[in-house]
Amino acid sequence: MGGIFGLLFKRLGLGVVTLFVVSVLIFFAVELLPGDIAEAVLGQSATQETVQAMREQLGLDRPAPVRYVEWLTGALQGDFGVSLVSGERVSEAITTRFENTLFLAAYAAVIAVPISIVLGIIVALLRNTIFDRVANVVTLTSISSPEFFLGYILILYLAVKTSYFPAIASLSSNMGFFELLHRTFLPALTLVLVVTAHMMRMTRAAIINLLASPYIEMARLKGVPPWKVIVRHALPNAWAPIINVVALNLAYLVTGVVLVEVVFVYPGIGQLLVDAVAKRDFPIVQACCLIFAATFILLNLAADVGAILTNPRLRHPK
Amino acid sequence: MSQFVVGYYALLIGASCVAAYYHKRQAFLLIFSLTLISFIVGIVGGVAPLRFITTAAGALALAAGTSYAFREFLIIISPPNIARELRTAPLTASFGMFVILTYAIAGIFAPIMAPHGEAEVIASAFAPADANMLLGADQLGRDVFSRLVYGARNTVGLALTATLLAFLMGAIGGLLAATKGGFLDQLLGRTADVIMSVPSLIFALLMLSIFGTELWVIVIVVAVIYAPRVFRLTRAVAGNVVVMDYIEAAKLRGEGTGYLIRKEILPNSTAPLIAEFGLEFCFVFLLIAGLSFLGLGIQPPTADWGSMVRENATLISFGDITPLIPAAAIALLTVAVNFVVDWMLYRSSGLKD
Repeated sequence: MGGIFGLLFKRLGLGVVTLFVVSVLIFFAVELLPGDIAEAVLGQSATQETVQAMREQLGLDRPAPVRYVEWLTGALQGDFGVSLVSGERVSEAITTRFENTLFLAAYAAVIAVPISIVLGIIVALLRNTIFDRVANVVTLTSISSPEFFLGYILILYLAVKTSYFPAIASLSSNMGFFELLHRTFLPALTLVLVVTAHMMRMTRAAIINLLASPYIEMARLKGVPPWKVIVRHALPNAWAPIINVVALNLAYLVTGVVLVEVVFVYPGIGQLLVDAVAKRDFPIVQACCLIFAATFILLNLAADVGAILTNPRLRHPK
Repeated sequence: MSQFVVGYYALLIGASCVAAYYHKRQAFLLIFSLTLISFIVGIVGGVAPLRFITTAAGALALAAGTSYAFREFLIIISPPNIARELRTAPLTASFGMFVILTYAIAGIFAPIMAPHGEAEVIASAFAPADANMLLGADQLGRDVFSRLVYGARNTVGLALTATLLAFLMGAIGGLLAATKGGFLDQLLGRTADVIMSVPSLIFALLMLSIFGTELWVIVIVVAVIYAPRVFRLTRAVAGNVVVMDYIEAAKLRGEGTGYLIRKEILPNSTAPLIAEFGLEFCFVFLLIAGLSFLGLGIQPPTADWGSMVRENATLISFGDITPLIPAAAIALLTVAVNFVVDWMLYRSSGLKD
């Protein structure tokens, strides 16, 4: 068992290194600005004095590596500096919004994961029938549609024409849990549609791959009933790819959430990022990017760790 | 029970009986499950969903007919060896090719096809459709249809340029990494890892917030974000070719890297690369559409589908579908390319079961 810990440790180490490199990338990308942050934010009309004052206020007169170390240690403690536009602390703006985004992603995941795995397995068992073809066309269409297209269709039919659900997902703190679920149903459903299609296709491919292996053939030939082939023989080996599929799609949810939040004016971190990009509020942009990238990297890491844990063959790389 | 409902169920049940009688098992299952679904939907939602199903089925039949005719047309006009391949194409693939051709024509002949200029104000804001304007006017009173046609040129053109650049960078990097190996391989591989570990939309937002939204910046940023995918595929495909004996022979003859790549490796790895080009185009196209929806793409007054959706989004709350049309145009092209790629992958993977 020493091997597996070594392997996990190596993968975790790689994850940490990637995170570090990405943080360097995010920080120094802003350094590439023509001039510097102060000039970029204040624009052409700023006088020499105001630019100089802003530089001092932001500590831009010190060398970049020093500021990077300060930024990173601050970020690790949840302190991302001060917003250039509003002057409030970035961490305050981000915390509740990040919780909202996580809530939306979790909401979508709770609906999408069971549905798509069950549907994926069913479609894999029915492969090459007309249902499989129809499912293929439908999922491909859903994947190919931009999130805002699905979002606006849902708004048009479920909010404007029938008013089952609110079109704008405004949140307030004194809402009950069920009202919250009702308010955020449309953005969650949009994410569900996209992610379910992805996950179904990946689950289908994984299961079909598995069903082609010789031991399944053997089980069938010795007369095991079909459901037992699936439950006893295929499923134990299918967990690895399925866990992988789920983690990869959760990672996908993290990015998909940006466009959906903008469509539904949902007060999440994606909306914040888009606003900050428009206002060129770099501390917020950097913080949001770092959070998104870290979530993405961690979920990909989880996918790999899950694969290593559930698939003994990966523990002995050749 | 209106006549429509009676006719609807009579048709469905009749069709499923015919299918069952002639032992068309698949068709029977499909039609009969549609009947069962219609029962449930009809009881819950009344006549409206049934009308919707009828319209959808009609549209589907129209699309299938068009694709069938288009496939036959392609088979007749193309030389025998291509015609043989085309005969195996599923209807979805020929539908995809038909849509791509339509978009290409719209893009190339945009100034001739569009009745008005893309930035020309011809009516009051949000004017409804009339004989002069097929789809009505947008928020500034410009013709939506003309902007849609010009959008085919601008949006698709931009995506195509970015894809080409991404492909060029990725493919050259991958081929060099596979042939040279060693330090260059490691360097390019790790760079690709880092770029792929940041979500693409987030990366694009970061870069565009820094470098601004000029066209060439968008092209380069998007190309850099998607080049690693091509790089990995090319490196893997070329890596399998590089170990072949004929490469060894060519090396012993004293051929240089350029010759090896052009004459030996590329011809043996085109099939997966072409399919990847299609997939890559879809990713790039969706990313660019998303960016311009967020206001970071092609800047106004140039017509662009993503920003057209955003500019007209308020109309949705009045039940108007105008903002959905450019979004549907984006979705349709991506679906079409995906259908064709699906067929190509299926063919090249040799899965014929």
